[in-house]
Amino acid sequence: MSTSAALLPIEADLDAIEQVGLWKDAWTRFRRNRLAIIGGTVVLLLVLDAFLAPVLEAAHLIANPLKQDPVNLYASASWSHPMGLDALGRDLMSRLMFGAQISLTIGVLVQGIIVLIGLSIGLTAGYFGGKIDNLLMRFTDVWFAFPDLLFVLVLVSVFGASELSIFAAIGLVNWVNLARIVRGLTLSLREREFVEAARAVGSSPLRIISRHIFPNILGPVIVTITFGIPQAIFTEAVLSYLGVGIPPPTPSWGTMIHDGYEAINYAPMQAGWPAIAIAITMLAFTFLGDGLRDALDPRMRK
Amino acid sequence: MPTGGRPIGGAFLLFRVLRGRPARLGIFVLRRVLWMVPVVFFVILITFVLAHLAPGSPWDRGAGRQLSAAVIHNRNVTYGLDKPYWQQFLVYIWNVAHLNFGLSFQFQDQSVSGLLLAGWPYTLTLGLTAFCLIVPVGILLGVVAALRQNSKVDYIATAFATLGATIPNFVIAILLIIVLGVGARNATGGNLWLPFSGIGLDSRLILPVIAISALPIAYVARLTRASTLEILRQEYVRTAWAKGLPERLVIGRHVLLNALIPVITALGPIFAFLLTGSVIIETVFSIPGIGSTFVTAVNARDYPMILATTILFSFVIAAVNLVVDILYVVIDPRVRLS
Amino acid sequence: MSTEPLLRVEDLESHFFTSAGVVRAVDKVSFHVDAGETVAIVGESGCGKTVTALSILSLVPDPGKVVGGQVWFRGRDVLGMNRHEIQDFRGSEVAMIFQDPMTSLNPVLKIGFQIKETMTAHHRFDRSQAAARVVPLLNKVRIPEAAWRARDFPHQFSGGMRQRAMIAMGLANEPALLIADEPTTSLDVTVQAQIIELLRDINRDLGTAVILITHNLAIVASLCSRVIVMYGGRVVESGSTTQIFEHPQHPYTWSLLQSIPRLDQPRDQLLTIAGLPPDLRRPPSGCLFHPRCRFRVERCLKEEPPLVEVSPGHWARCWVTMKKALADEPTRG
Repeated sequence: MSTSAALLPIEADLDAIEQVGLWKDAWTRFRRNRLAIIGGTVVLLLVLDAFLAPVLEAAHLIANPLKQDPVNLYASASWSHPMGLDALGRDLMSRLMFGAQISLTIGVLVQGIIVLIGLSIGLTAGYFGGKIDNLLMRFTDVWFAFPDLLFVLVLVSVFGASELSIFAAIGLVNWVNLARIVRGLTLSLREREFVEAARAVGSSPLRIISRHIFPNILGPVIVTITFGIPQAIFTEAVLSYLGVGIPPPTPSWGTMIHDGYEAINYAPMQAGWPAIAIAITMLAFTFLGDGLRDALDPRMRK
Repeated sequence: MPTGGRPIGGAFLLFRVLRGRPARLGIFVLRRVLWMVPVVFFVILITFVLAHLAPGSPWDRGAGRQLSAAVIHNRNVTYGLDKPYWQQFLVYIWNVAHLNFGLSFQFQDQSVSGLLLAGWPYTLTLGLTAFCLIVPVGILLGVVAALRQNSKVDYIATAFATLGATIPNFVIAILLIIVLGVGARNATGGNLWLPFSGIGLDSRLILPVIAISALPIAYVARLTRASTLEILRQEYVRTAWAKGLPERLVIGRHVLLNALIPVITALGPIFAFLLTGSVIIETVFSIPGIGSTFVTAVNARDYPMILATTILFSFVIAAVNLVVDILYVVIDPRVRLS
Repeated sequence: MSTEPLLRVEDLESHFFTSAGVVRAVDKVSFHVDAGETVAIVGESGCGKTVTALSILSLVPDPGKVVGGQVWFRGRDVLGMNRHEIQDFRGSEVAMIFQDPMTSLNPVLKIGFQIKETMTAHHRFDRSQAAARVVPLLNKVRIPEAAWRARDFPHQFSGGMRQRAMIAMGLANEPALLIADEPTTSLDVTVQAQIIELLRDINRDLGTAVILITHNLAIVASLCSRVIVMYGGRVVESGSTTQIFEHPQHPYTWSLLQSIPRLDQPRDQLLTIAGLPPDLRRPPSGCLFHPRCRFRVERCLKEEPPLVEVSPGHWARCWVTMKKALADEPTRG
């Protein structure tokens, strides 16, 4: 028996041990959920599509999404253009495939902003409680009183419709939900024994938050983010549809619906295909999110 | 020794009335109403600041069509834009308190309030019809799914709810138009199809209302189902059966009264959703309501319009949430009024 | 026997069909209750006493079902009743009150309303008569300030008062039989005594028969004249209270009585019955109690004993019986 094992670090990595088991456990549960697997696969395919689209285009397997063909506007499906051409003669299918890039980028980046703001505010409010919590929560209340879509529209109209301003706008409006969830969890975690123990030993708040609280809120945070991605995609699509989104000629599904709507009466699938694409993406992320939630927190019944 | 039954009874009565729920309810309502004031104030402030942060002026017309300096100056005076910001803000607050939202930038002779009033009935028709659909359908769906848990009905209902909740309403709108509008028209040679332009108290209501209600119905159904399932497991339901009550009373009274309590809290967000959803749906279906006027205002940078609509929506949503909160407290006797 | 018993249960069987197997919660249980009698059904949690009572009222929840046996109430076949008949039957001829009054009363309805509702559902009393009966009922169960209290909600009552309110609800239609399922388990000891006293007075004054279901033998003695002991879904012993308490014959009953702490016999430790209740999906062979029984013999592992009348009116399901067991063992001090 070696004696080196006798002295454990004061903040014993019991949490860490617990966490490893938790993840493996969650994976097993996740695997059993068929819808979640389907959702996850579709999401994976989307990510693949987003990365591979430029590659495929360079290899001439799909057409250039920006190349206009002024002669064949609204051409119907053909071998070289499986979904036909749009109002400016651009290949619909390749625009659809490239659109995935925009959607996913928006989804991820917006969540990045949300995580940054929401986590910090939520953790601070939850951990320090009292007046700080009160103040932050009042602040969140005011922020929350804005109807989200309107606020995004206002922001975008103020700062112009560029990719950056759209990310920022959507992120700025939607962090409240995450902040509230994180705050709630932090508040209850704060009372648990291992946090008390860490405090008694004199750990700094930053250390406690990062080592003890953060790993435990990871699950619900991941779930919230996964549900937040489709929300961001949706918001971007709406913005583009309303005409204040990603400026042309970048293909975003929302813009495609906007453009396609003009031709709804005689070429309905111009708007139809991007609509279906959005629908499938949202469903995929939602199933994935549901699956993650069930896997990570089995106590939450459906 | 007289125990004084009467005086003590009287004191007891007074005690109960003063400490009674009605009195505390009144204070609760008052506090919440007062809390709304600073919130609305901040909403106005932030929107105002944002509007004035925008680069450029509302009179910019793009290269080649720029207005003359004199015209610009006149307009600025008319709209009070030549005054310092804080003064503009105070003037604005004063005006808002008198329900004067200024003149629209887009249509220089029309007041914003006028434009809002013009668009209001359309939005109201859409919203009200949707609400009257959402509440009964959602609750019915949820209750039936819960009572027949894990049966085919339950799975179908849940599947519909998932679809409605996940697919964004304007995607649903587009798909509906494609299938039931254009597609049906093409398939039946123009005979049997649903209109998708404008609104009125006729078949033009159908598609927009369906599109805007899908998500709220799904939400209410899921909530009702979960809540009903929870209540069905409660002991007092068993007591109700043991008392010999017929099924309609056990479900209709004992289960539903409890199960619907959480659903009431959903009404606030649903209402908010209907308002913001109207922005999208009205645009898709070319309905001249407040929602679509907002979109045109955003595109045209008509700030008085943008401000007014944002404030109006925020206020209405806050008011509805207030009503819902009060309703909740009134209905559930267990809630403590702090 | 010239008088027909009020309630007669014969070979009642109720099974739970779970995904993990069939649980025989009530396995050929027979007993009877005469008019105005007070009978106790005792046993550990999970022995089937509650399910027995629920079976009488056809209230067994999913995935359970009454699969066999007969229940006769005043000569009528209860299990064969259709939906309307059973609804008439419940709450008016036989009333059942439950263990935890906090969760057994609807939290959003006033107490007075819940009592009134029992009456209006059964057409014996019309609306105004029912309303008029509420306060006297509350008085009868000794709830103070009854007129005020009727307008309160359950969460405004204390635990003991809630239980009284439930009893009032049970008595509203003047049932011939009141089944009380663990009425005192969630209450303080002093309140327990009050409730039992209340039940006793009700039995004496109104002539209502009472079935008291409990795992607490201590309260049985002050209320009931007869005791039925259940184990693993079977009746293992039954007899008068005196017989059971003074000469228990089944080792299980005997162990239960031994484990009641008594002030007049100082002991160093509390006695418990070793082991766990049987898994009713895979019951042990022979006598269900044999794995935990100190006095078992070979035969107990192989054959389940039948109910045998050990002395007049006293039945026990045991090959050994305490008479013999104690004779063979040296007595404990």
